Amino acid sequence: MAEAKVKRRLFRKHKQKQLNRSMAGNTLLFVIMGICGVFMALPLVMIINNAFKPLDELFRFPPQIFVRNPSFDNFGDLYVLMSSSWVPFTRYILNTIIITGCGTVGHVLCASLAAYPLAKWQFPGKKFLFQMVVLSLMFSYNVTAIPNYMIISWLGINNTYLAVVLPAFAYGLGLYLMKQFMEQLPDSLIESARLDGAGEFKIFFTIVMPNVKPAWLTLAIFQFQSLWTNTGSGFLRSEQLKPLQYALYQIVGGGVARQGAGAVVQLIIAAIPITFFIICQSNIIETMTTSGMKD
Amino acid sequence: MEHKTKWQYLKEDLYRCRTCYVMLAPYFILFFIFTVLPVAASVIISFTDFNMLEVPHFVGWKNYIKLILDDDVFKKAFKNTIIFAVITGPLSYMMCFLFAWIINEFKGKLRAFLTLIFYAPSISGNAFMVWSIIISGDRYGYLNGWLMKWGFTYAPIQWMQTEKYVLPILIIVQLWLSLGTGFLTFIAGLQTVDKSLFEAGAMDGIKNRWQELWYITLPSMRPQLMFGAVMQITQSFAVADISINLAGNPSVNYSGATIVTHLMDYGSGTRYEMGYACAIAAILFALMVGTNQLIQTLLRRVGE
Repeated sequence: MAEAKVKRRLFRKHKQKQLNRSMAGNTLLFVIMGICGVFMALPLVMIINNAFKPLDELFRFPPQIFVRNPSFDNFGDLYVLMSSSWVPFTRYILNTIIITGCGTVGHVLCASLAAYPLAKWQFPGKKFLFQMVVLSLMFSYNVTAIPNYMIISWLGINNTYLAVVLPAFAYGLGLYLMKQFMEQLPDSLIESARLDGAGEFKIFFTIVMPNVKPAWLTLAIFQFQSLWTNTGSGFLRSEQLKPLQYALYQIVGGGVARQGAGAVVQLIIAAIPITFFIICQSNIIETMTTSGMKD
Repeated sequence: MEHKTKWQYLKEDLYRCRTCYVMLAPYFILFFIFTVLPVAASVIISFTDFNMLEVPHFVGWKNYIKLILDDDVFKKAFKNTIIFAVITGPLSYMMCFLFAWIINEFKGKLRAFLTLIFYAPSISGNAFMVWSIIISGDRYGYLNGWLMKWGFTYAPIQWMQTEKYVLPILIIVQLWLSLGTGFLTFIAGLQTVDKSLFEAGAMDGIKNRWQELWYITLPSMRPQLMFGAVMQITQSFAVADISINLAGNPSVNYSGATIVTHLMDYGSGTRYEMGYACAIAAILFALMVGTNQLIQTLLRRVGE
């Protein structure tokens, strides 16, 4: 009796957030994260500092990480270069928004929709389909580029946005990721909704998707990143269709004289996916505090 | 007679699951067109002498035989890839989980900030650029600059042109880059672990965070761990970008050659021997599938 009481008291004490955590352990983890964090942040720090370095500092010996006389000259240079481009620069930005936007939303939707039956239903051909997706992740995409090109030109979508966006819908990673997360949802949750007379699509949108929000936000980050780095070379040949990343790299192709503008380009190329990453990650953390829907 | 009933069962099943086939359709139609067909085509091409100009001829196993028996560079590339995968694979995988788990211990803004910092190498575009500045062979390279400033060397070291340094440097860079797909998936996966399990565990006598990790967290995250393992395999065996960006392709005496750089050399690179490149891809595929089988068996035993 007494023992049970002690246990209950312990349990209550622990319940104030810190279950099974010692102070020493917390401090140790803090120190480890601090040291490793410095190394991991190095490229970010360098990219930011480089963007503000005047040309003479970019070539200083021995090289410095931190900028001494920060200036916005590089930004001005880049602006001049951008405004002298043949296709208006806003067009490149629009292209990128269309390609990454459609590709990300479409992939997350398609892959999640297909992952739900694979995770929660029994039907003929289930194992086969799933294995095929997992195995496809292991085939080197370098050699499939040529058959891919043939298929895309055969479909007649060469030199359109579709040539980049449609294949992005069908990446294997998203389906596998979503299926793994959906598998963890308790069957009772879906069962009870079904008893309430909800259709499968309704269950999918109102119960499954909100419960795997961390998964699809993570997937959106991956997809955004891979489309953002996709310059569409090979398929998008018209200058009017090319994405921002391509145009930015063209600008810095000019050698030493454009090193300053190049540093800013590096900053922009990193900043956009990072912004997207922060938006998604902060939403993941929000779900944690509001969750508790699991049985 | 029995055949017919089986067929009827199947038909009933198919009818019962019609909604689910509707859900599967958009993804899998695109998947067939843009992934399955190209892969099948590549496998067929691997049995031909396709060079992107002439009509391909069927050559049987010739590409594979030449690859295994008669290609010294492939032997070196294969060896490098295995060394690479054996060292970086398990280490990266453990780092991904460990850091995700530690970050999960933090709360609020600090946690979001740490996630960003640790994911930064994977997201900040061309992270190789940073490394190529650090290990640049002239005196403007950061590493050489520091070594010379503190008097360790008097002449800059040509890091990427010296055979013995190439593979170790590539491994270090890869490890530094390893907190990618797996890491973020684990971060998300740790959110979905049922919190009430920890309380129940505390009642059952779990005393510290390590026991909690082994008995509760790891088993509840098995789906994510499996996903992470597959991603890790595809990354560790298919390493090429770092090698090409830092060591060049071909690298000095093929010291940084991997299976995929070899493949790119023949395929998309300079030689346009697609048949041969596809054969390399097929062998790499077999290697990954085999490793995957092994890892999945191991992972089923986690937390037992």
